[in-house]
Amino acid sequence: MTHRGSRVLHVGSLARVEGEGALHLTVDDGTVTGAELRIYEPPRFFEAFLRGRAYTEPPDITARVCGICPVAYQMSACRAVEDACGVTVGGQLAALRRLLYCGEWIESQILHIHLLHAPDFLGVDGAIELARTQRGHVERGLRIKQAGNAILEQLGGRAIHPVNVRLGGFHRIPAAGELKPLAERLRRARDDAWETVRWVAGFDFPEAGLDHTLLALAEPGRYAIDSGMPTVMASPGEHGIPAASTAPLPLRQFPVYAFPAEVTEKQVPHSTALQATLGGERYLTGSLARYAISGRWLSPLAQEAAREGGLGDPAAGKVCRNPFRSIVVRAVEALYAIDEALRIIDAYEPPSRPYVDVPPRAGTGHGATEAPRGLLYHRYTLDADGLITAATLVPPTSQNQAAIEDDLRRLVQSRLDAGVRDTEAELTALCERGIRNHDPCISCSAHFLDLTVEAVDRPRRSPPCP
Amino acid sequence: MSAPRPEGGRRPALAVFKLASCDGCQLTLLDCEDELLNVAERVEIAHFLEASSAVRPGPYDLALVEGSVTTPQDAQRIREIRAAARFLVTIGACATAGGIQALRNFADVEEFRATVYARPEYIATLATSTPVSAHVPVDFELRGCPIDRGQLLEVITAFLAGRKPDVPNHSVCFACKRRGTVCVTVAHGTPCLGPVTHAGCGAICPAYGRGCYGCFGPSGSVNLPALIPLLRRDGMSEDDVRRTLRTYNAASFAEVEGAPS
Repeated sequence: MTHRGSRVLHVGSLARVEGEGALHLTVDDGTVTGAELRIYEPPRFFEAFLRGRAYTEPPDITARVCGICPVAYQMSACRAVEDACGVTVGGQLAALRRLLYCGEWIESQILHIHLLHAPDFLGVDGAIELARTQRGHVERGLRIKQAGNAILEQLGGRAIHPVNVRLGGFHRIPAAGELKPLAERLRRARDDAWETVRWVAGFDFPEAGLDHTLLALAEPGRYAIDSGMPTVMASPGEHGIPAASTAPLPLRQFPVYAFPAEVTEKQVPHSTALQATLGGERYLTGSLARYAISGRWLSPLAQEAAREGGLGDPAAGKVCRNPFRSIVVRAVEALYAIDEALRIIDAYEPPSRPYVDVPPRAGTGHGATEAPRGLLYHRYTLDADGLITAATLVPPTSQNQAAIEDDLRRLVQSRLDAGVRDTEAELTALCERGIRNHDPCISCSAHFLDLTVEAVDRPRRSPPCP
Repeated sequence: MSAPRPEGGRRPALAVFKLASCDGCQLTLLDCEDELLNVAERVEIAHFLEASSAVRPGPYDLALVEGSVTTPQDAQRIREIRAAARFLVTIGACATAGGIQALRNFADVEEFRATVYARPEYIATLATSTPVSAHVPVDFELRGCPIDRGQLLEVITAFLAGRKPDVPNHSVCFACKRRGTVCVTVAHGTPCLGPVTHAGCGAICPAYGRGCYGCFGPSGSVNLPALIPLLRRDGMSEDDVRRTLRTYNAASFAEVEGAPS
């Protein structure tokens, strides 16, 4: 990459993420002055066609937004509609929901670690290539993933778009003892996940930091997955500490119904994903944010794994702000989800009914849960008959887009400052890694990163897609 | 569909493509944990971005396509994929029937665009969501939202063996009986689309005490008008029936709504 002149780098593909992206960098005399991650997602209009649907339908319909994290959509949808109807689901039904969610966390985090992200650190194209030289690591990943899918299949009916979730709980609940065979499998997966934490902790991590505000749900006493209050950790820049610092920073909370007042979504010309800001600032959700805000609520076993994985002591409030190390945080989260699933199964007693009644009423409801990739917020307005009159879905990737762009700006700038003359391929590979660190899920029509590096004295190139 | 082996004893080249969809159907391939590495040894994975950043241009022996056509670019791309593929198999309700995004076909897409986006002029989209077969010839179609893992492996296995896939065309009721599930309609008066829905899921919903909601679309020989009075008898309003049929396979249920086929 040169500091002057404009070059277009056509790169084969941005693989091992969900979606099609183009990155547009503006370089002005050795300074990266702009980074736009252009997302082209064929619009699917969920918020539009949910209007006029029955209030019972969002859990099944919104699952179809994402085949990787359908349970997250089902859970946020249930919480939002139940909120509108004034119903709270507690006790063993809530525990079963959390168990189902743990299955998705295990499956999704392990998919990302073993199949999508680890190849970046090992210099291979993907898991299939990795299997030729390190088959054991790939097979172990598939085994853990299968254990997560086993929870989804037994409790949900199938791993993708489970059918057993409904407003108020489930269509059918497991009998006492029915979950025991799952526990056998999960105990083996727990040992495997330990091995994965050790494996990824040994990777070579570039020095990097992030200067974002962090947003995650939090609830006292446990690591927030299926419920909690939106919690914000201030950014290092506000406190004058380095972006790579591991120090915890002050927290503030707001109720989930304040989400529309706190978070502003705007449309930018270069993306079909709406971009969100928190109080006008970019922010990050997902594993790094959750770990920073709720690390001390991890189970003792997961805390031990975090320490062994080089993340410091979460009980002492140590935070991880190196996006490359997010792979270690995800491995700890996967281990936690297995541990938590075992705890829930061990304590399970069938509730008297598979669901509580959720009678419709007019009003607006808000729901937020922690998808593997970050906070997923739903809002629905119902009329008195239970028909939906308005729907809003704010997925993690649209919340993270501005933060990812800033990470890429920072990454490329650090190379320029170091005087490194990257080839086009090297620079693109670096940017792709920067994107994969955040496991974005863009559900787009194709995958390729088209990197345009532009000097400011040149006319801007039009994007490759309309 | 039957596939003569590629010449020269080379491994057949597999490609996986995505149009407008949720990624769930291609994830089904990665969810074949026990078989994934074996399949990967039998084929050359020439283009599968979920699994590898190593991609090469066509020709491909087998192309699996997920997602529906909703943009002018994808209408062009599916032609290019077809030209590069010896066999083209659509995987899932989006690619096979237009998917849930085909709900735009019954609405004003301009109004949809203005509802979701403050600046609709930035968004390129077609007024309809159409299946791949509306644009190019398709060699085989797999149904389901999402597809079934077993059916996907059957298609790949059949392709490798050069035989036709054994994917039954009957209704969910057959699978329900085989599974030994008590009929939810007869026993509990639960409305169920099982009698008119294509088998393949393994009849999951009735086994969980829930009526089938038709995510595999209509079965081979279907008399939908005969089922509707039963759905109404079991408590569904006219609007409920309409909504249920207009969800994941709206376009294909609409085709059989009028008369027995």
